Amino acid sequence: MPPREKLNDSLILGEQSYKTINDKISNIVLNQNKHGIPWFICFVVGFGLLQLLGLAIMWLLYRGIGIWGPNNPVMWGWDIINFVWWIGIGHAGTLISAILLLLKQSWRNSINRFAEAMTLFAVSCAGLYPLLHTGRPYLGYWMFPYPNILGMSPQFRSPLLWDVFAISTYALVSLIFWFVGLVPDLATIRDRSKNPFFRYLFGALAMGWRGATSHWYRYESAYIILAGLSTPLVLSVHSIVSLDFAVSNLPGWHVTIFPPYFVAGAVYAGFAMVLTLAIPVRSWYKLKDFITMRHIDWMAKVMLATGLIVFYGYLCEAFFSWYSGNIFERDMLRFRAFGPYGWAYWSLIFCNGVAIQILWFPKVRQNLVVLFLLSQIVSVGMWLERFVIISVSLTRDFLPSSWGYYTPTMWDIMMFVGTIGQFTFLMFGFIRVLPMVNSFEMKELLYRLKGRGHHGHGHVAHATAGAHGDDSTAGHPAAEGEEN
Amino acid sequence: MARPTYALIAEFHDPDDVLDAAEKVHSEGYRKVEAYTPFPVHGLAEALDHEDSKVRWTAFIAGVIGGVSGMLMEIYVLAYDYPHNVGGRPLISWPQFIPVAYEMTILCAAFGAVLGMFAFNGLPRPHHPIFNAKNFERASQDKFFIGIEATDPKFDLEATHSFLRSLGADDVSTVEA
Repeated sequence: MPPREKLNDSLILGEQSYKTINDKISNIVLNQNKHGIPWFICFVVGFGLLQLLGLAIMWLLYRGIGIWGPNNPVMWGWDIINFVWWIGIGHAGTLISAILLLLKQSWRNSINRFAEAMTLFAVSCAGLYPLLHTGRPYLGYWMFPYPNILGMSPQFRSPLLWDVFAISTYALVSLIFWFVGLVPDLATIRDRSKNPFFRYLFGALAMGWRGATSHWYRYESAYIILAGLSTPLVLSVHSIVSLDFAVSNLPGWHVTIFPPYFVAGAVYAGFAMVLTLAIPVRSWYKLKDFITMRHIDWMAKVMLATGLIVFYGYLCEAFFSWYSGNIFERDMLRFRAFGPYGWAYWSLIFCNGVAIQILWFPKVRQNLVVLFLLSQIVSVGMWLERFVIISVSLTRDFLPSSWGYYTPTMWDIMMFVGTIGQFTFLMFGFIRVLPMVNSFEMKELLYRLKGRGHHGHGHVAHATAGAHGDDSTAGHPAAEGEEN
Repeated sequence: MARPTYALIAEFHDPDDVLDAAEKVHSEGYRKVEAYTPFPVHGLAEALDHEDSKVRWTAFIAGVIGGVSGMLMEIYVLAYDYPHNVGGRPLISWPQFIPVAYEMTILCAAFGAVLGMFAFNGLPRPHHPIFNAKNFERASQDKFFIGIEATDPKFDLEATHSFLRSLGADDVSTVEA
């Protein structure tokens, strides 16, 4: 019998059965000795940098935001740059978990959990900036409409308030999406664990999940609805972030191409971060059978595609500012390329326009070292993009008398490095205590890859080999009907 | 000291076997049947007649409530509670109210779907009689089960037991309540 799903790529390698997949994934959590030196180093470094964040925040709360670099005319500095950068990184997680689910892309299965966690932690880093840059974060609730005696209300016509709603919705929906995905796997850990503490902990977290068919049915309904909701959500979040700029009248910001180009940039930066984490982790935890070179290859291709969209955005910006005939727009283009921040602009063009072109070569997409380094370049490039957009437009305003220059202070740098620490700390903490690969979806993928003909065997040997050996059934109606 | 029986449960090692068995159990006339599987096996819910659209409706209604209440809240706040005339522009400038109403729709629909899913499934529920079943810890790992509850009108300890045996189960056992 033909396989249920036509897949000509190796998404699961090795001789796998439900049991081997199950054990391999849950052992990472159950067998705490598996976490070796690399885990320890990453965790400790993350924890150390997290202390810097604490220090930076304490001093900020004590002295106020004057310790940061922003000045007149640059009212927004690293706080907004890093906020946009982190939010963008989070987007790849939602793209993988929601959009690829709707598009029935089976290769999402081994990387989605991981990427969703990345989304959550990146959003938690991003959320710090707008909260802290208000100067009085303990009054953050003023941004929400609640009945009050101040005689004030939020301005719902402002993109900055849209941000509040978009980011908090995004954080909450990502959190429940991630948790719902975890529940069956938590039940697996509950059932496999011998340690009473783990049994209680995971028993409580799994909410009594017992895998009943009626439960699975509602579970899948809810999951697909969440995916369907997250897809427009993730597109709206970065669009709204870009409207913070695009709604203003500033040259370089007042651009209609911002929303799509910000979203593409977010996915681009996010995939770079997924690769940055996935490449080392898959080898440290021997997950090469699940996160295969095929996954890496496809992630690199998505990165290339979105990178090209971003570069197209730069070209459009340049073209529009010239074609507008507007003196301020034209000068903005000149200042970006040849002004005081010219170094940042050309580095940006190198990182996001030139360097990624090597991804056209299949050999490069198979070379983990090059891909890892390229992911770093992409992350830097996307950071520079925000830096260029914000610094250049603010320092070269309409009136030459109010031009200025912006440099960050050590507190800006400490805060940024601190959020990287927070991200690393949370990410490696997550790897240690929760299953980082979606175990039940991997088993389901194995089931779909395996044909019905493998009836009655104790385990599913050569499952994937069977799935792509059978080319003759391509497009055969019976083979496709099988899936329903 | 026999304790009351909750169900009879049959264990399988192959999802396709459990799918075939579920169809036979259903056509035999059993209605209080649940399969327990480590991952969603497509076709089981249809075979056992467990489809329902409650979660979808909950999400939809929650989304509508979220969107409408978001929009009404904005209109109330900016046009009635705290009207602010900026150059004579309309107070109910609804196009600018869309982003917040949109996010509210998504937020409420997502929570509707998830809370609805857990509520209709009766979760969280720390314990359930089915956990007494032999080998049931494998139901979240690599084994597939079909349980026929004792409250089913057709349930008969002997007859149901031998019927489940005939389906090719690896093991059939009684689950205490």
